[in-house]
Amino acid sequence: MSLDKNGIAKRIAQELKDGYYVNLGIGIPTLVANFVPENIEVVLQSENGLLGLGPFPERGKADPDLINAGKQTVTTIPGSSFFDSSLSFAMIRGGHVDLTVLGAFEVTDKGDISSWKIPGKLVKGMGGAMDLVAAAKNIIVATTHTDRDGNPKLKTSCSLPLTGIRCVTKIVTDLAVIEVTDKGFKLLERAPGVSVEEILAKTGAPVIVEGDIPEMNL
Amino acid sequence: MNKVVKNASEAINGMQNGQTIMLGGFGLCGIPENTINALAASDLTGLICISNNAGVDDFGLGLLLRKHQIKKMISSYVGENQEFERQLLAGELEVDLIPQGTLAERIRAGGAGIPAFYVPAGYGTEVGEGKESRSFNGKMHLLEFGLTADFAVVKAWKGDTMGNLIYRETANNFNQAMAMAGKITIAEVENLVPAGELNPNEIHTPGIFVQRIFQGINYEKRIEFETVRG
Repeated sequence: MSLDKNGIAKRIAQELKDGYYVNLGIGIPTLVANFVPENIEVVLQSENGLLGLGPFPERGKADPDLINAGKQTVTTIPGSSFFDSSLSFAMIRGGHVDLTVLGAFEVTDKGDISSWKIPGKLVKGMGGAMDLVAAAKNIIVATTHTDRDGNPKLKTSCSLPLTGIRCVTKIVTDLAVIEVTDKGFKLLERAPGVSVEEILAKTGAPVIVEGDIPEMNL
Repeated sequence: MNKVVKNASEAINGMQNGQTIMLGGFGLCGIPENTINALAASDLTGLICISNNAGVDDFGLGLLLRKHQIKKMISSYVGENQEFERQLLAGELEVDLIPQGTLAERIRAGGAGIPAFYVPAGYGTEVGEGKESRSFNGKMHLLEFGLTADFAVVKAWKGDTMGNLIYRETANNFNQAMAMAGKITIAEVENLVPAGELNPNEIHTPGIFVQRIFQGINYEKRIEFETVRG
């Protein structure tokens, strides 16, 4: 069984470590915040200028001055701080953020990622994605393994404009956990009930498979 | 030293067609609503606007787009505005899309008198095309240039008659850096107080960066995506 969005988020949450400062992108990455293990403490960074992102506000308590990078109303946790955009990206560019999770249109076996532009169709802009992927040392992509038409999103080269090169360290999809190594994609785990053969068939690049591949422990 | 002007229309006095204007805000959060409304009510045209986003169709910079007052936008993300996308695809509007952190740093550097600097963002992508690149510590970087503007327009929570500013929560965003980068910086504030009433320990933008300040009125503070707990 392939995972749903929450399943992907739940598996990514296992990558969190106590004391991490984490930037979560829009979409599936945002859901990771719902699955932070109870025995660890992580602080979420929002690149519009907030460290210590809390849950969405209760109904009627939304504050227009308090939003996340997806422009949704949010709250803060005790110990949070606000700052301007240039300082926010100093945190990111300076390597102070421990983990970045973001979505993608395509990822390659070299760690290249495209996520921001579909020429002639979608011209919204890159926002902070290029800064994040260029600077963070630990970048996990959260995505479905294939697009809506069943085409692989994990490939040998991106057909869409790049967001960054040689930057993605790990990919968590609805089917598998894959590491980006010097030698290309390496299969680490498979979703419960999903076979190695299915994963290989739906990946558009060679995948290193060593020994028995365990199922994700969700 | 008193920098107070009466209102937004007095604040934009002297602005000319074709000038470059920075406008603070992230999405609709912390945007200078009064000044944008005054610009939309003016005949100014051919403007080059530097702003992280472009508002929505009927609020913020969307009001200026609708009247075709903007010749070029310099932004990082413009997704929430259909008229923007239409004008762009129709070739009616020039757009320079810049990674958000690079945009913020270019503005900060411009205001700080730093003409250029290197960052890794965008290397190997179309953002890096035609740009000078250089390796530092084994990693490739792009040369980026400081940005300044004829006018910077910012929105603050509190300000005093000498132009000192304090921002609120995430409504700071681009306002603090932009306040430094305008040849003339206009600050509109929710609470204008006499000099001496703000705690100097809490000032985000020291008054030296601000030339004109006024008490804003009728803030709408529209929320783009109101999201509440499930």
